[in-house]
Amino acid sequence: MPEIREEFFVNTLFANRMSVIFTFLGGILVLFIAAPLLKSILATGGDGLWRALQDGDILKSMGLTFYASLIATGIAFALGVPLAYLLSRTDFPGKNIIEGLINIPIVVPHSAAGIALLMVFGRQALVGRFFGMFGIHFVSATPGIIIAMLFVSLSFLVNSARDGFDSVDTHLEKVARTLGASPWQAFWRISFPLAWRSILTGLILMWARGLSEFGAVIILAYHPMVTPVLIYERFESFGLAYARPVAAIVILASLLIFVVLRMIASPPREEA
Amino acid sequence: MSSAVAIENLGITLRSFHLSQITLAIPAGDYFIILGPTGSGKTVLLETIAGLHRPQQGRVLIDGEDMTRVPPEKRGVGFVYQHYALFPHLTVAENIAFGLRLQGVGRKEAMKRVHEISEMLHVAPLLSRRPGKLSGGEQQRTALARALIVTPRLLLLDEPLSALDPATRENIQREMARIHRELGTTTIHVTHDFEEAIALGKHVAIMHKGRIVQAGTPEDIFRRPNSEFVAQFVGVRNVFPGEIRTDARGGKHLAIDSVQIAVVTELSGLAHGSIRPEDVILADHPIKSSMRNAFRGKITAIANKGPVAYITVRIAAATQQQGPLDVISMITSRSLTEMALHEGKDVCIAFKASAVHVF
Repeated sequence: MPEIREEFFVNTLFANRMSVIFTFLGGILVLFIAAPLLKSILATGGDGLWRALQDGDILKSMGLTFYASLIATGIAFALGVPLAYLLSRTDFPGKNIIEGLINIPIVVPHSAAGIALLMVFGRQALVGRFFGMFGIHFVSATPGIIIAMLFVSLSFLVNSARDGFDSVDTHLEKVARTLGASPWQAFWRISFPLAWRSILTGLILMWARGLSEFGAVIILAYHPMVTPVLIYERFESFGLAYARPVAAIVILASLLIFVVLRMIASPPREEA
Repeated sequence: MSSAVAIENLGITLRSFHLSQITLAIPAGDYFIILGPTGSGKTVLLETIAGLHRPQQGRVLIDGEDMTRVPPEKRGVGFVYQHYALFPHLTVAENIAFGLRLQGVGRKEAMKRVHEISEMLHVAPLLSRRPGKLSGGEQQRTALARALIVTPRLLLLDEPLSALDPATRENIQREMARIHRELGTTTIHVTHDFEEAIALGKHVAIMHKGRIVQAGTPEDIFRRPNSEFVAQFVGVRNVFPGEIRTDARGGKHLAIDSVQIAVVTELSGLAHGSIRPEDVILADHPIKSSMRNAFRGKITAIANKGPVAYITVRIAAATQQQGPLDVISMITSRSLTEMALHEGKDVCIAFKASAVHVF
């Protein structure tokens, strides 16, 4: 065994010159995220936050935002998990086109995504008219918010679920089949539970991404107002002082939810 | 419960694997070995028998019933993979009970049968553990228990010993022979290891590039290889079935008919001994040395292969009823010339007890 020199390893933040520089550089980025978030909360203060919490419009918009994103995530779960499984397990012509398509919402400007959705789900468009027969309208309505959120965030779920299925050894499914499991049973008893952690991570990421969506939502539905639109409206109409408490509340709520969900989704520590 | 399997003119193309014209008849209760180098398509064949791939040509019959289009869950086959494929999110007990629970067997009855089978496979103390914490041997016993608990008509083993360390391998190999004796389940076992084939197989088929190139008893295959490939793959070797006996001074012998070979082993009972031809020394007259094994015999065949030659020496049996023992020695062609060896010549052979691999 060659002698191992302690300073080759970055065990602590200030172990050697390189890690000191890295700590400095990384620290700038961390501050860049933390400072504005903290500042908006601190500048609002306890009083401001308390008042904002009693503002019916804010609460209503937050409720709508959480709800719409939850429904979008639910739809993506029902349609995206099967798609992720197919992408993981099968080969078919044009598969890489589908894979590319899944990731396009990440790169398309979200306002453009909103316009594109309007072309299909608008009042005059085919799909829009079809749903209209059942009384479901997308423009300036909650379903519009849901599809806008779904469109811009489904990539997160599909990719994450696919990674999950990729990590499940196909031999496990094969053995399950020989032991008497139908394809459905092999999926629900083996593949799905083993991929669940990745799927759950995908669901959380997707839901969180949906909550923050502004660009696509505002094109389809300015009203009813989701929180990002409400912040924008208050900033435009009344200025920073009115927009800030809303922003602070949203930031706090997001932080709280995200921490809790991360705790649920993080793998339990295996004892050695 | 055991079933006969017939494979008729099977053909399948799967990514880089291409199997063609596979025809095999495996009698009920057989231990059938499919032997071939890596990449010869053995696993694909086994998975096709299990119903995990649909063949483009041919049929798979179990007890005369055409199974070709029957899905795997309705075939009643047990499958064990090289890397065990235990369900990591379930305990050992839940893994073993998996097939029973799918059949709708109640929890209580399932647990009773899990306990029975885990006694048989010596995994009872592990039942509440997770597969990730088990050794290779323990995992393979669990995988065997999981496959056997549903009393399959057919047991399919895909390189079940290859991932194990040598000591564990020997251990599990004996276990599989014992289980086969006790249950009599028709077994198809895929391997690339010739000694495994000899030790376990009643019948052996050699597979090469997606085809079966020879099938028969292990004896047939290594005594009478029908092609250059089989001869090369099996190699020239001395393999003898016999029984391990311990003499008065504690020395171990492998008794092969009348001939006793000194060996070094921990094993007892029926076993095989194998000696590499290059470890067998050929001499004109008896030599005094540390080698525990020295015999007189007569040259019955000489195969000159360029730089080396394989000399078959027949050791006469003690009595008329017993067969003689043929031992092959590898020498250089130069020795062949210098010693003026010829068929019918009386010679002596010798090899060390430790040169005999007992399995």
